[in-house]
Amino acid sequence: METQTLIYLMVGATFSLYIAIAIWTRAGSTSEYYVASKGVHPIANGMATGADWMSAASFISMAGIISFTGYDGSVYLMGWTGGYVLLAMCLAPYLRKFGRYTVPEFVGTRYYSQTARVVAVICVIFISFTYVAGQMRGVGIVFSRYLEIDINMGVIIGMAIVFFYSVLGGMKGITYTQVAQYCVMIFAYMVPAIYISILITGNPIPQFGFGDTVTGTDTSVLDRLNGLGAELGFTSYTDGTKSTIDVFAITMALMVGTAGLPHVIVRFFTTPTVRDARKSAGYALLFIAILYTTAPAVAAFARINLLTNVPGVAYEEAPQWIKTWENAGLIAWQDKNGDGVIQYGAGAPFAGAPQFTNERGANGERLISNAPTEAETELYVDRDIMVLANPEIANLPGWVVALIAAGGLAAALSTAAGLLLVISTSISHDLLKSNFKKDISEKGELLAARIAAGVAVIVAGLFGIYPPAFVAQVVAFAFGLAAASFFPVIVMGIFSKRMNKEGAIAGMAVGLVFTFSYIVFFKFISPELDTAEHWWFGISPEGIGTLGMIFNFIASVAVASVTKAPPEEIQHLIEDIRVPRGAGGAIAH
Amino acid sequence: MSLSKEDAARAYWKENLRLMITLLVIWFVVSFCAGILFVDALNHIQFFGFPLGFWFAQQGAIYGFLVLILIYVLKMNKLDRKYDLHEE
Repeated sequence: METQTLIYLMVGATFSLYIAIAIWTRAGSTSEYYVASKGVHPIANGMATGADWMSAASFISMAGIISFTGYDGSVYLMGWTGGYVLLAMCLAPYLRKFGRYTVPEFVGTRYYSQTARVVAVICVIFISFTYVAGQMRGVGIVFSRYLEIDINMGVIIGMAIVFFYSVLGGMKGITYTQVAQYCVMIFAYMVPAIYISILITGNPIPQFGFGDTVTGTDTSVLDRLNGLGAELGFTSYTDGTKSTIDVFAITMALMVGTAGLPHVIVRFFTTPTVRDARKSAGYALLFIAILYTTAPAVAAFARINLLTNVPGVAYEEAPQWIKTWENAGLIAWQDKNGDGVIQYGAGAPFAGAPQFTNERGANGERLISNAPTEAETELYVDRDIMVLANPEIANLPGWVVALIAAGGLAAALSTAAGLLLVISTSISHDLLKSNFKKDISEKGELLAARIAAGVAVIVAGLFGIYPPAFVAQVVAFAFGLAAASFFPVIVMGIFSKRMNKEGAIAGMAVGLVFTFSYIVFFKFISPELDTAEHWWFGISPEGIGTLGMIFNFIASVAVASVTKAPPEEIQHLIEDIRVPRGAGGAIAH
Repeated sequence: MSLSKEDAARAYWKENLRLMITLLVIWFVVSFCAGILFVDALNHIQFFGFPLGFWFAQQGAIYGFLVLILIYVLKMNKLDRKYDLHEE
């Protein structure tokens, strides 16, 4: 069968599966809609959390980023997994014991303040929309690359699917759909990874092949990479270029940010018991780790492939995948010295992303209108290639290509659905019910949640169709703000009985304003100053959430020490959430 | 167990904190120390084909995190029972 037909079949089959699950698990009450009636088995919850967590960026882009940055890419590997240790030990069991529906609800109750709850809602909405915009775009891109459909049409199809199962099924529908999406996604990631590992090292387990020797030689994969890179003028793959303090700060901000992201935290509200909440965190990390320990191996193998087969080869004799992906616009070659041979080395071949003209050059390559740089390198390679082109590089059958398409869509859709649910619950439960319409019936609240989810899907879709130019820059926001706001406030709410309303609000305000201003200054106001010598302590905007978190802790402790201790019932609430069994449920509103 | 309910809760919390802090110290050591702060020194050591520091940064830290959560889950289940605070 032709690859294109296989892709349609695979994507069609997985989509029908998601819809069938959504109909089967539709929600009938607010408890089902918000937290799946707290009846999710820890293994299912772990898979759902994994799918929720691993976005289009993890699935498609992460291996590519590591492939091009070597050691520097470790910040994502450690940063996006280490947060689960914090979740398991500092947040999940206690928030589960608290036993309510949303993160702002915890903040508002623990700090006996409606103001704190509203500030938390605003943070949730801002963080989640930032994130979801990128997912919808990801859906559109996968559609356009594999199904030859216009990006915007792809976004609309994606919106319709997400709309269907998040509006209908709520948390319950999303959870079971995500379990299916996790399976699709991990299978799609592992199959090509195993093939390419066998191809390069003869070892079928990518994690071990990564440390093995390259087939037919006695050099290890990493020595080989460092050697090939050095010949072409790249920095050593195992060393990286970022300063130690920046690597430290980015890793910390990503870890703490992960533990503070509302759509991740809320997953631990859905387990039957406190004990299951802890277990869930372990399963979630296990399922995530399968992909995260494979990604750096894929990155290294793909880079060996690129550096062995491309530089110094005449364009006409270059491997077929170079031409395929050049046609898709992800590879561009500018024959600067006119010798017909592909020169590849450190630096950028030309400024910015390639602007293709409709003409072909002397060797049959697509011509571009970008001005060349001084560097000798002639080849532009989009980092997403490292995952997308793997099946072709390794000469895998068509169904593997189809699998990658279905996997990329599963990754983007599952994350988008989780985020949209968090947005809709914050609106119906934390804004509407707790502020404007306290006497709303359960039916009314459920309807409001569904309408909010519907509106959120449409807004997210618009972001996907008309992407704000700053989407890439604002990802730093989501993690930075989560690290500087939610994490400290929740942790102190559990571990300190002395922390009060005044301290928490002051801490959130200081952390948010500082982190927000720093990122806005370097990303939007003065992007030309965005270099190490201008950064505070050499910390880039990506890592500044770490400093924001520290300021949050300092400000809240200082303010709490000069204002009065929280009321007695709050002290009892804290004692209650610290133990799995005890005085019964959390206090009433 | 002859402890009063409050005493049990207090003792439970103390042991929980001690366990958590120990595990978080290891969490910091396998990621921030081995993978970032002392990565250059550790890279002089070869470990199954990897420079050791690089291995911690791209593989070892993640395995470490998994083991830490596993230990935490098992120890906490035991602790819940010891102080009779486990869920029915």
